[in-house]
Amino acid sequence: MHRAVLTEDKKRAAYRALENRILNGEGRASPEQRARAFSNAGLSSPLDGLLGKVATRPTQVTDADIAAARAAGFSEDELFELVICAAVGQSARLYDAGLAALAEAVAGEEDG
Amino acid sequence: MRLEVLNRGYGPGTKLLFAAIRLFSRHPVPDAAKLVFYRPDFYGSRAKEFTHEAMRGPSPWSVGDRELMAAYVSQANESAFCIGAHTATARQAYQDGPKVAAVLADLESAPVEKPLQATLRMLGKLTREGKVGAEDLRQVLSTGVSRQQVEDALAVCAAFNTTDRLADAFGFEVLSPEGFEAGAKYLLKRGYR
Repeated sequence: MHRAVLTEDKKRAAYRALENRILNGEGRASPEQRARAFSNAGLSSPLDGLLGKVATRPTQVTDADIAAARAAGFSEDELFELVICAAVGQSARLYDAGLAALAEAVAGEEDG
Repeated sequence: MRLEVLNRGYGPGTKLLFAAIRLFSRHPVPDAAKLVFYRPDFYGSRAKEFTHEAMRGPSPWSVGDRELMAAYVSQANESAFCIGAHTATARQAYQDGPKVAAVLADLESAPVEKPLQATLRMLGKLTREGKVGAEDLRQVLSTGVSRQQVEDALAVCAAFNTTDRLADAFGFEVLSPEGFEAGAKYLLKRGYR
């Protein structure tokens, strides 16, 4: 008989530590800005263009996207942080979607 | 890379290390390696820890299987640097270039075990479409893949969906075939930490 609740393994714990650091630790960009980058929501132009691409079509990021964000006043260190938040945010959504579908599949097995 | 700080923003100790890597490997330091040395307390240290755990930590999947998953996810993201790096690493880990090439050319006709094939199919769908359902997971489990194996595969998928995005957003320079082979050798010897 297997357990219905997924136990937190070492891999997931390491991932949560990364998420927690980039969102809540010290940074040049504000925690609010980092949270918006992570969730790819509530961003204003031109950051929304750059970070939206990082989340959903990263191969389309161009030098001009970075230049537009720099011209809007964001430093390279802020952009370093925000791009990372956007990338980790999208992969976190995929990770969570996969684990949720797995939990549902396993629960169905146990009910049946 | 697109941010000047990622090209030049390193302290003297790190610059010395990069010089030593260039000297001993006779190849440029890959941008993937540079990225994790820039302000490592923000991203690099924890990213290395997670990636190492996913790729080299205890798992029913072999190192070759996990490197192939990394290459397959990177292909779904069309991330040139990561496809090159992890195709080379999977080939060396398996000592089987044709198998890796066949999977990346056409998963459905590739001569690969059913559990690995089903897992790769699910990771590809999740990466491309952003979602999978319970039915997709039931299909994977029905080939004999354990729950632990699915969880471990999802960790690989998370690691490379992050790295692929950073590679393309920051503009990692694609290496020569020899550069990718040298990087693969290093990753098999030392891992990601």
